[in-house]
Amino acid sequence: MNPKYSNTKATLAIARASFRSILRSPSAVVFTLAFPLIFIIVFANIGGGGMKIDVGVAKGSDTSSKNPVYMALKKNKIMNLITDQTADEMSKNLAKGNIDAILDLKPFAPPAAMTVHVQYSEASGDKGSVLKSALNNIFYRIQSEELARIQSYTNTQIPKIIDLKEETISGRPYKYIDFILPGQLGFSLLSSGVFGTAFVFLSLRLTLVIKRFFATPVKRYSIVLGEAIARLTFSLLGALFIILVGHYLFGFTLIHGVTTVLNMLVLSAIGLIIFMGFGFTISGLAKNESSVPPLSNIITLPQFLLSGTFFSITAFPKWLQYISRVLPLTHLNDAMRKVAFEGAGLGDVTHQLLILLAWFIGVYAVAVKTFKWE
Amino acid sequence: MHFYVMAKQPIITVNNLVKNYGDFAAVKGISFEVYEGEIFGLLGPNGAGKTTTLEIIETLRDKTSGSIIVDGFDIETDANQIKKRIGVQLQAAGYYPNLNLSELIVLFSGLYGIDKTPAEMLEKVALTDKAKAKYKDLSGGQKQRFSIATTLINNPRIIFLDEPTTGLDPQARRNLWDLIREIRDQGTTVVITTHYMDEAEVLCDRVAFVDGGHIIGIDTPDHFIDQLVASGFERKKQVKLANLEDVFINLTGKEWREG
Repeated sequence: MNPKYSNTKATLAIARASFRSILRSPSAVVFTLAFPLIFIIVFANIGGGGMKIDVGVAKGSDTSSKNPVYMALKKNKIMNLITDQTADEMSKNLAKGNIDAILDLKPFAPPAAMTVHVQYSEASGDKGSVLKSALNNIFYRIQSEELARIQSYTNTQIPKIIDLKEETISGRPYKYIDFILPGQLGFSLLSSGVFGTAFVFLSLRLTLVIKRFFATPVKRYSIVLGEAIARLTFSLLGALFIILVGHYLFGFTLIHGVTTVLNMLVLSAIGLIIFMGFGFTISGLAKNESSVPPLSNIITLPQFLLSGTFFSITAFPKWLQYISRVLPLTHLNDAMRKVAFEGAGLGDVTHQLLILLAWFIGVYAVAVKTFKWE
Repeated sequence: MHFYVMAKQPIITVNNLVKNYGDFAAVKGISFEVYEGEIFGLLGPNGAGKTTTLEIIETLRDKTSGSIIVDGFDIETDANQIKKRIGVQLQAAGYYPNLNLSELIVLFSGLYGIDKTPAEMLEKVALTDKAKAKYKDLSGGQKQRFSIATTLINNPRIIFLDEPTTGLDPQARRNLWDLIREIRDQGTTVVITTHYMDEAEVLCDRVAFVDGGHIIGIDTPDHFIDQLVASGFERKKQVKLANLEDVFINLTGKEWREG
């Protein structure tokens, strides 16, 4: 009848069909590309400077270029000087914590002392003390300059109490994008692996597509493998796209260029395969399509929040960090950041890879038990 | 018909088939033969065991006991050979989401390991102009014809159709009968289930009645009717030369409506 039956051909036929189907499914594209990119764009723009201190400059203050205090504050990137509010608005905002302090600067006319009136607010937390130390720093400098000027007329030497020596070493600037992008990439893989796989296999089972497949000579492993190949291809293309957009538009650091990208893609593949295991499990547990999202969220949400997607897990209290360190996405993110920013090779992240391997074994042991064909 | 002239060659032999689901016996020792080149109907009320029997023959379900030979291959040892030789249309089966008909044919060609072009297969069921359409956007009749196209990809010796005309309008139903006869005339054996006795009467060469997991009769539709009439049965209402469906077709035309 027919010549030799080819399992490879059948597997690839499923992979091709599945890939086409994924490309045409809006939710896959939104989860894999749009969400991560939106998060990256949002966080790349609000990240950057970190702290901002809003300082109201009272009406009638001396804001001329001769006022050294005003000029110094203006140069300080942390300070956001507000000059366009009335005194009334300012004090209301100060009470609410919307602005962190109000400054009233009198003209600078040495040797008469310059009056600086500062109002802080209990409503704005630590920011007042940051402003305080910034002001002290400025005053010290102005005073030292004055002192030096006076000294130049006399021979009296006033001994220095502190000889401050400051230097900034040159280093790679660690931008927020370097933190946020691997996290978003990891999360994109997590949602594609869990939601995508669970939905596809559940719907193929419920609509009897798989049953119809079983009436052909195709092998079961071909079905799973074909689906996995399609999802891997799609997600890796998505990952590549995110990395390239991050690199060229937002200056994401890729230390060793192409090698780094390839290492990241290998990590992406490893992560995705593990996350797909959750998807297989959920597709077996879910009774219908509406039970997929809650089950998937049980897997994805904790990792979204606790795996260092948006901020480092070191910001958590100790007990929460223990939980974080158990989750697979934490270790994938860790490995990604080491590879991308520190230029580590895959051999340098074996610790993370071993934990991921343990997850792989655990997840697939469960998936094999719970997965249903019919 | 032509095959009655030849010796009746069984292509499916079911012997004492039993299927239990836990305590429930769905099929209780069924035996029958399907002859090569015929349209064979499995008739019976819902829950009679038709679909279960069909799915066991199609290698989709395990049997509890009994033996089944399909085109010379034992279902127990040669399921894979059987899968290559049969075409299966499932009741209410869906197709891979987001793909158009051409792409689905390509997928099934890959699953069967056979190079068939979508155009070739769609032409057989008169769906050439729907090549780029999605399955879910087809009308009921078109869906059934497409399903039949997927069963023909591997040039099967036998195709199984599970209630293919349920829910179709009279035109679409007749159109499907023509297609099924065409397939039979090209030498493919057809096994079909249906709830419509008028359909079984005009379409099937032989039928088996299944009830409560047993076969309670197997013969040609003509014989069954003659026997019943001979036993003194009379319809309450006098049979006229035409029925309401003939009126429907006469009024609305034989032309098949798409959509």
